[in-house]
Amino acid sequence: MSLAIALFLLVIATVVLHFVFAYYFDWWFTDLAADWAGIDFTVYVTLWVTGLVFVAINAFMAYCVWRFRHQPNHKAVYEPENHKLEIWLSVVTTVGVVLMLAPGLFYWAVFVNVPEDARDYEVMAQQWQWQYRYPGADGILGTADSSYISESNPFGVNPEDPNGQDDVIVNDPQMHLPVDQDARFLLRSNDVLHNFTVPQFRVKMDLVPGMIPYLWFTPNKVGTYDVLCEELCGIGHFIMRGQVVVETEEDFNAWLATQPTFAETQNMVAANPAAGQAQYALCATCHGQQGEGNLALNSPKLTGQPAWYIERQLQYFKSGVRGGEGDVYGQQMAPMAATLIDDDAVRNMAAYIVSLPDQPAERTVTGDIANGQDIYDRNCAACHLDDGSGTWYTDAPPLTGQNDWYLVTQLSNFQSRIRGMHPDDTFGEQMVQMSTAMADEEEIRDVAAYINTLSSSRIEVGE
Amino acid sequence: MKSLKHLADKPWEKKGIIGGLKPEGVFDTAAEKVALGFFLVVATVLFSLFTVSYFIRMELPDWRPLAEPAQLWLNTGLLVSSSVLFQLARNKVKRGEARNVFTLYLAGGVLAFLFIGGQLMVWGGLQEAGVYLTPNPAASFYYLLTGVHAVHLLGGLWVWSKTSIRLLSGCEPKDVRLSIELCTLYWHFLLVVWLVMFAILSNT
Amino acid sequence: MAYVPLADQEIELHHPHSWVTKYVWSQDHKVIAIQYGGTAIAVGLVALVLSLFMRMQLGFPETFDLIDPNSYYQSVTMHGMIMVIYLLTALFLGGFGNYLIPLMCGARDMVFPFMNMLSYWVYLVSVIILLASFFVSGGPTGAGWTLYPPQTSMAGTPGHDMGIVLMLVSLAVFIVAFTMGGLNYVVTVLQYRCRGLTMMRLPLSVWGIFVATVLGLFAFPALLVAAIMMLFDTLLGTSFFMPAVIESGAALDYDGGSPILFQHLFWFFGHPEVYIVALPAFGLVSDVLSTHARKNIFGYRMMVWAIIAIGLLSFVVWAHHMYVSGMHPYFGFFFATTTLIIAVPTALKVYNWVLTLWEGDIRMNAPMYFAIGFIFTFIHGGLTGLFLGNVVIDLPLSDTYFVVAHFHMVMGVSPILVLFAALYHWFPKMSGRMYHEGMAKLHFWCTFLGTYAIYLPMHYLGIHGVPRRYYALGTTEFMAPATQDANTAITIAALFVGASQLLFFINVFWSLRSGEKSGANPWGANSLEWQTPDTPPIHGNWGDELPTVYRWAYDYSVPGAHEDFIPQNTPESEEPTVDAEHFDPDHDVSKADL
Repeated sequence: MSLAIALFLLVIATVVLHFVFAYYFDWWFTDLAADWAGIDFTVYVTLWVTGLVFVAINAFMAYCVWRFRHQPNHKAVYEPENHKLEIWLSVVTTVGVVLMLAPGLFYWAVFVNVPEDARDYEVMAQQWQWQYRYPGADGILGTADSSYISESNPFGVNPEDPNGQDDVIVNDPQMHLPVDQDARFLLRSNDVLHNFTVPQFRVKMDLVPGMIPYLWFTPNKVGTYDVLCEELCGIGHFIMRGQVVVETEEDFNAWLATQPTFAETQNMVAANPAAGQAQYALCATCHGQQGEGNLALNSPKLTGQPAWYIERQLQYFKSGVRGGEGDVYGQQMAPMAATLIDDDAVRNMAAYIVSLPDQPAERTVTGDIANGQDIYDRNCAACHLDDGSGTWYTDAPPLTGQNDWYLVTQLSNFQSRIRGMHPDDTFGEQMVQMSTAMADEEEIRDVAAYINTLSSSRIEVGE
Repeated sequence: MKSLKHLADKPWEKKGIIGGLKPEGVFDTAAEKVALGFFLVVATVLFSLFTVSYFIRMELPDWRPLAEPAQLWLNTGLLVSSSVLFQLARNKVKRGEARNVFTLYLAGGVLAFLFIGGQLMVWGGLQEAGVYLTPNPAASFYYLLTGVHAVHLLGGLWVWSKTSIRLLSGCEPKDVRLSIELCTLYWHFLLVVWLVMFAILSNT
Repeated sequence: MAYVPLADQEIELHHPHSWVTKYVWSQDHKVIAIQYGGTAIAVGLVALVLSLFMRMQLGFPETFDLIDPNSYYQSVTMHGMIMVIYLLTALFLGGFGNYLIPLMCGARDMVFPFMNMLSYWVYLVSVIILLASFFVSGGPTGAGWTLYPPQTSMAGTPGHDMGIVLMLVSLAVFIVAFTMGGLNYVVTVLQYRCRGLTMMRLPLSVWGIFVATVLGLFAFPALLVAAIMMLFDTLLGTSFFMPAVIESGAALDYDGGSPILFQHLFWFFGHPEVYIVALPAFGLVSDVLSTHARKNIFGYRMMVWAIIAIGLLSFVVWAHHMYVSGMHPYFGFFFATTTLIIAVPTALKVYNWVLTLWEGDIRMNAPMYFAIGFIFTFIHGGLTGLFLGNVVIDLPLSDTYFVVAHFHMVMGVSPILVLFAALYHWFPKMSGRMYHEGMAKLHFWCTFLGTYAIYLPMHYLGIHGVPRRYYALGTTEFMAPATQDANTAITIAALFVGASQLLFFINVFWSLRSGEKSGANPWGANSLEWQTPDTPPIHGNWGDELPTVYRWAYDYSVPGAHEDFIPQNTPESEEPTVDAEHFDPDHDVSKADL
């Protein structure tokens, strides 16, 4: 009896909760932003068919459980089978299946056949970043292979291929697209499987190293959309984020014009350290003549960091991506970075800092090294490498040789979301999430203490 | 397919004992043979999947066909003879003859050992010729497939050796008839697997 | 060769001489079944705890220091693999298959008792190897239970050095164990049925276990092939599956392998695996429903055909797991069609279960609660499968929580409910004592309602676009503000369900000591296992003479019979018929309505 009532109530609750979840809590499809209304249509057809079946069978079952519960002097009916009923039920089921399958296959055919006029874009994934390549003026993407990949050619574009020279390289997780224009995405991966997903576009596809799968859609709504990785790709899977900005053709062209072509990235004029040196005087007041850092002023050591990391941080300070609310020392950097008037000045400064002699910093932090090693090896090493040397590939700076007190400050800034939560700081948000691997300040110090042990050329002090 | 017809039976209609002492659908043979039959289907699935993987992997650009050494023909001859000797032993024991059964059975197994030795020699020859497990996937598959085949043969030889020890210790051939029959069937199966494998390996 | 009934054959039953040979190195299928079941449940508890760790992280992020991203992915992987292979497969086939097949077939034991014993011990070794990966450097693999290359052996994945090797070795060992057990189950069903027991007179439990075992025998080789080739790639540097890849900025020595090939092999095993778990559940639940409804299973023939049809079809639907894997998109048409076709025999099974209740005389005992609960959750899980199988709907839903919710409803909750139904149903036969009815019902309510509270909202998160296998949601533009609240609520429900499983263990341990004596056939059931001379059955099962079967297993409430059941071994001549008006179901000898 109680079960019959419960089943009946559960059927009603499921239907009611469907509306509560979908319309009150908004746990339903995001607003469609591509021409895939057909997919949503197929979903609704399936929802109606399955919904009716769900209610009908369960209500009937609840009725049976109530009506045919054991009663005195009652005996079950002996009925081995009813072939006619079974055939009738199979036919009805088959009709239901056809009803759902027909639109499914129809729209799949649409998805499989890419329209002729679709423009090509390349999405490239690697642990744990998105980046993009546009075909340039000739409309053709140059050939590429992972064997060409290096720090200066992260897409592995074939340098000999003339079609690739004008390809536009967007070495950034954010891409732009013109609205109402058919887009075919060619998907490449450098390492493991990834999956390119934008919930509002409905379609998704894996990126497979050694293959170029594709998907296509027509973005039809101006806006900014999250790109998610939806194929488990290692420890950083959940922090692999990007964005698609859909905008008018005009805005899109303006944006595209500001992005470098492959040829430009290959033939960049070398940065001028001498020019950087002239401007370094200002930096030296806090960071020291040799960029060695100064604990009293909370200024970290600069040497030992690669040019790409220094450039990125200077740009972040300039544009306010870093040094926001709560980041007292970071805020001090904003006016300083502003004195570097353009990208060249930033590059020159980084080139000068890289040219300075590097001495590992002094050890100031102590902690439980074994615990630090455990946390580091399990979580941090995936990007910063086992020896803490960092790599451009994962956009992870070197940690060894850096001031340990600075690492502690930054890790607690990430943990308390003082650093890394600016919308343009993709790499920073990755650190916000990963810093949760450390429970508290004490564990942060354990990790810093472990990183101290990694540098072999360390100066032993204060032992 | 009499048993398929029974699927249409309406079991609630007929009461009483159906069939004789044994219910219908039971195979008129030793349980061990039925089990071996199933195992051979399982092994067929295993080797088929390796073969399918081989063909799929072959389509990819880094595949370089391997020139199989001529010694494989000799090895094939060894395995064929081994199978033939097992068959002869089985025929005799089935007819109830005891003479030479043990010799034939023993010789069949020894030839199988020689086959495995020959396969190892081919491996050695390939190594000397600089054909290692990597990087050519054709070579990787060669080592893998011949290895898996040899492991199956070794499994058979383990059973063979147990039976041989029984025969050596004076057991009558008719007492190990089932074991001889099972070994023979298994040997034929592995011979067919090898012939198919050899054909595929040497033609691609 | 003349057929000799087993009773008269000189089979050595290896009668145990000491406690060790009786309970440890036992060749008695019933002891082996309990060993299998106990080990599976123990390792399943590990997987349950891992899932609760994951839920704690998702429900209360940054609150508990239980789990970091690394151990989260390790938990995801180990939870999935343990539940699917080491718990469900082992418990349904190694546990119930072992216990019920010889009893239901009227045999003394399995055909190869020694191999059967070996099967268990090899299985135990595979479990130990698997659990050992928690203690090696780097810990267990975190590649997801699907173990997709190339990430399995690359530095960004937890346990990419030792963990993955132990996982693959453990799987290979498990497959060896399964093959030894599986050959036993299949040959026993075919060859050791007792006199008069035709295939079409078998209880559906045996049919489900039989077909599932055949599926397993043919599907596990695909996993073995994949595991061997991946071990070669990982340890010896071959490139079967590994393409040219870059690890931390440097190219590895691999080139040209096909990750998709692995996926095909994995799912060629992986999809039948779903039915390796589901078919035994279908069979067991059919028998529980029929017995407690005091009515024959409706449409027995259709049920058998559906089991066979589902088994066959399960080998041609595997790539529906790969719609968005980058395989050739034209496969989508074929696999979507085959996948939706499989819905027809599956739906027929559901109809027939419900029609078995129709005009029945339903005794609401605890196993019946679980069985009916199963029908409800299975309908829900089956219907959501129609979304995912229909290729174009898989585009938005694949790799989201919708998938997680779907397969947990259909492959987690549903089989687990059947497992409990079956455990309570056969507990009196296994132990000779009744379980505590009230506690069992409380256990049902907690499990049934609790799991629905977990998985119902999860479907909606998936439709909303929340991806699976995420350690934290992070910041996105599109997620509704209440998304985290859903995760918190789900976690509370999960903790509740996890804790309520204690009721089962308390019940079992209490009942083993203090449960009421059950007698041989407390439910008034027809199938042979309830007709043994001893309860629990002793080694050899049948005393001096094997049973003879005169009828099918579903002669419940036969018109004219004075009891509402007629056991399979009752000859027509002894059929106790009386006039219908003298029928008095309340004077049953059974305890069917406790």
